[in-house]
Amino acid sequence: MAATQVRGQRIPRLDAPAKVTGRAKYTYDVDQTSDPRLKGMLYGAILRSRLPRARIRRIDTSKAEKMPGVRAVMSLVGEGAEVQYAGEALAAVAAETWEQAKDALSAIEVEYEPLPFEVDTDRAYEKGLRSSPRVERRGRGEDGFDEADVVVEATYRTPVQIHTPLETHGSVVVWTGPSQVVVYDSTQVLFSVRDSLARELNLPPENVQVICEYMGGGFGSKLWMQHYTPIAARLSRKAGAPVKLMLSREEDFLATGNNPDAVQTIRIGAKKDGTFVAFSRRSYGTGGVGGGADLPAPVYRFPHLYLEHVDVTTNAGPAAPLRAPKWPQAAFGVDSAIDELAAKLGMDPVELRIKNDPSEIRRKEWQIGAERIGWKEKWRPWGSHKGVLRRGLGCGASAWGGGGGPGSVAEVEIFRDGSVVVRLGTQDIGTGTKTVVGIAAADGLGLTPEFLRSDQFRVYIGDTRLGRSGGSGGSTTAASVYPAVYDAADKALARLKEFVAKKLGVPADRLVSQGGRIFDKQNPTKGLTWGEATRLLPTEAISQRGEWRPGMTGSGVAGCQFAEVEVDTETGIVRVVKVVAVHDCGAVINRLTAESQVIGGVTQGISFALLEGRLMDWQTGLMINADLENYKLAGAFEVPEIDVVLLDMPERGVIGLGEPPIIPTAAAIANAVANALGVRVRELPITPDKVLKALGKVPS
Amino acid sequence: MGKGRKVSGGVTRRSFLKVAGSGAALTEVLTGCRPSAEVAVAEEQPQVATKVSVTLRVNGKSHRLQLEPRVTLLNALRHHLHLTGAKPVCDRGECGACTVLMDGKPIYSCMLLAVDADGHEITTVEGLAQDGRLHPLQAAFVEKDALQCGFCTPGFIMAALGLLRENKNPTLEQVRAALSGNICRCGVYTRIFEAVLEAAKKMQGRA
Repeated sequence: MAATQVRGQRIPRLDAPAKVTGRAKYTYDVDQTSDPRLKGMLYGAILRSRLPRARIRRIDTSKAEKMPGVRAVMSLVGEGAEVQYAGEALAAVAAETWEQAKDALSAIEVEYEPLPFEVDTDRAYEKGLRSSPRVERRGRGEDGFDEADVVVEATYRTPVQIHTPLETHGSVVVWTGPSQVVVYDSTQVLFSVRDSLARELNLPPENVQVICEYMGGGFGSKLWMQHYTPIAARLSRKAGAPVKLMLSREEDFLATGNNPDAVQTIRIGAKKDGTFVAFSRRSYGTGGVGGGADLPAPVYRFPHLYLEHVDVTTNAGPAAPLRAPKWPQAAFGVDSAIDELAAKLGMDPVELRIKNDPSEIRRKEWQIGAERIGWKEKWRPWGSHKGVLRRGLGCGASAWGGGGGPGSVAEVEIFRDGSVVVRLGTQDIGTGTKTVVGIAAADGLGLTPEFLRSDQFRVYIGDTRLGRSGGSGGSTTAASVYPAVYDAADKALARLKEFVAKKLGVPADRLVSQGGRIFDKQNPTKGLTWGEATRLLPTEAISQRGEWRPGMTGSGVAGCQFAEVEVDTETGIVRVVKVVAVHDCGAVINRLTAESQVIGGVTQGISFALLEGRLMDWQTGLMINADLENYKLAGAFEVPEIDVVLLDMPERGVIGLGEPPIIPTAAAIANAVANALGVRVRELPITPDKVLKALGKVPS
Repeated sequence: MGKGRKVSGGVTRRSFLKVAGSGAALTEVLTGCRPSAEVAVAEEQPQVATKVSVTLRVNGKSHRLQLEPRVTLLNALRHHLHLTGAKPVCDRGECGACTVLMDGKPIYSCMLLAVDADGHEITTVEGLAQDGRLHPLQAAFVEKDALQCGFCTPGFIMAALGLLRENKNPTLEQVRAALSGNICRCGVYTRIFEAVLEAAKKMQGRA
């Protein structure tokens, strides 16, 4: 990578001022004051099945149509249709006020014929509501266990998790012509929403414009066009007015995706000296009415491996990928079992991991993390902690791809007054992409962080009218957009240099742009400031497009985390005292926001370890905690000191970091709890009741 | 299973509370809450409340609005005054994203009817920056990167402002307690704490 000024520094995100002042207009916020085309905007709402499985005998919307303010009503299912989960969409309305729309829903009459259902994963498994097993085998598979001196086996459970982005799912639609539609959508995939909606509405893609300048979180649940977008488009067409259709919190819980649960029975075989020889895992889990509960293979070196997975079907909403989909669950199982093995072997768990870790980077990270948490001084074997309040240490491993690829078309424009405009149709899902785009342009142009944050520098993203870009999933965004923007900036600079070269009488290839100056590298005093240089432009502006440039990115990151916890053996409450998170992401682009990514991943990992989980009532088939009071998320009291160590390895190129930091946290915490107590809780979330059961203080 | 069940949809606990609060006929609303009610739909229709005049004083400006009595302060701000800084997230006082100040104290604007805010001084996040200059709390959130997606940010800033008005020099634990009614799903709490402590320092220096 070329010498750069901005990459690797701490740049406050460019859209932060808009976010802290309330100026940022999210999909939920857009209205006629932000876009005059939205004048007369109606509020949409969706009626959803209250039963987990039923045949719809009759659906009558006639009363709703006559309600005050109601402008459009649509049935979404025909009579005789079968609904498969509570929360499935049945009908939709649009009305002049939000309150009227909600009223109209209650006037729609639905006659259900209840049908047998199952929402409990274990019961569904027993009933045979499951796929045939998917098997993966390496080496001699399970036969490899005959080489082991020591074997551990245990079953680990993780719950269904809900993404709960704070901005619920939804779209705002306005038809700007008979076959022209503009959609604000809270999405991670602008262009995919555009193309999907164009297909649904039978329009050419260029007639559909999708906008998402700010979005309030998705975590994987906004990775494709969901049902509400075409519903909003049809309501809008029917009513002849713009429609805002944002889902309620309950709808978000029931019908926008979830992270499957897992029941994993793991066996690990090892030599007496701790060398791993064989790993087997039999798992099942439910992705509701869809599949997708399969788990990834362990990151440690196992010559013999056997994985068998079964997807269980239940009457619940379909699954969606959630930040590092299924990796935290798998890590919880694998790293828990490794600690159980370490206890059996009487080995230090960090040494055992280093011995069996194929990643050179992570072997280094284990040492850094152990030092930062004070492993040598603080770690005591399992069962040696006494007293009411017991502290313990644990760790877990992370791995991820994070590579990028072609598909982004960026534009960089340099104006005669010195200002710079960067355009790319990517989206910032809270990861800091807009700032990454800015940094790439500043690096390509040789500008300073101060310039980047000034009024002279503007970045436009979040609109399909801009150059095409891919979705934000799989931690691929940074490595996909950085090289494209850099390429455009580099080409724009090359054109600017032609004018500077003429002025200075120096060949263009001897000119360097750095720190806001363009100068002769053989005689650095000979040069022009950025402003002097741009004034040489013969036209108002020059503009260049750029595409993904190979050689600037890598893939494959490693990480590990250490947790220190304190468990109250009388109340069963687990308090996380500290987490040390050591990660690499190749070249760090923005250290400030990269650290925030890690902090966020760890915090979500704590939430998964100790709090979260969907609760289904098997008798009614309904989710009983579909709200933010009873679906527990980590809050201000749950968050410990988080020590982030980011390795900067520019030689590896840009690699994504969004997902890896959530992977090892729950494993590290579960191991720390087991270390503190001397007994293990093998099911997440580790709630006080489970701790007390594990201690034998309450009946299990 | 042969006999079908009529279920009227869409009546939530909150709309029940709101309609009940506005004085609509209770019996009609209650039938709507009973999932198996075999009642003709025509009788279940909620009544339309008469609009009432409400004067909201927001960020130092008075606004006279005609609102149904069931409209929450949050929806009055967002739908009628187009102030969308306060966010709707949980719609029932569980997450703090809709936090505004009423007479200087943080409240959940989704849990208060606009009519009950009549005559009180409301401050929203839009009212903090003066002459284009960020309030020290806002500036600290920017510099410390105390946000990611940013959807919870206005609520956190208003809750923190409420704290700093009461306690100019809070400890970390006091900051945690003051922000314990707010949820940040992206999970940057530790940076939010840093930003609030930093802003407290800056604001003290200024005073």
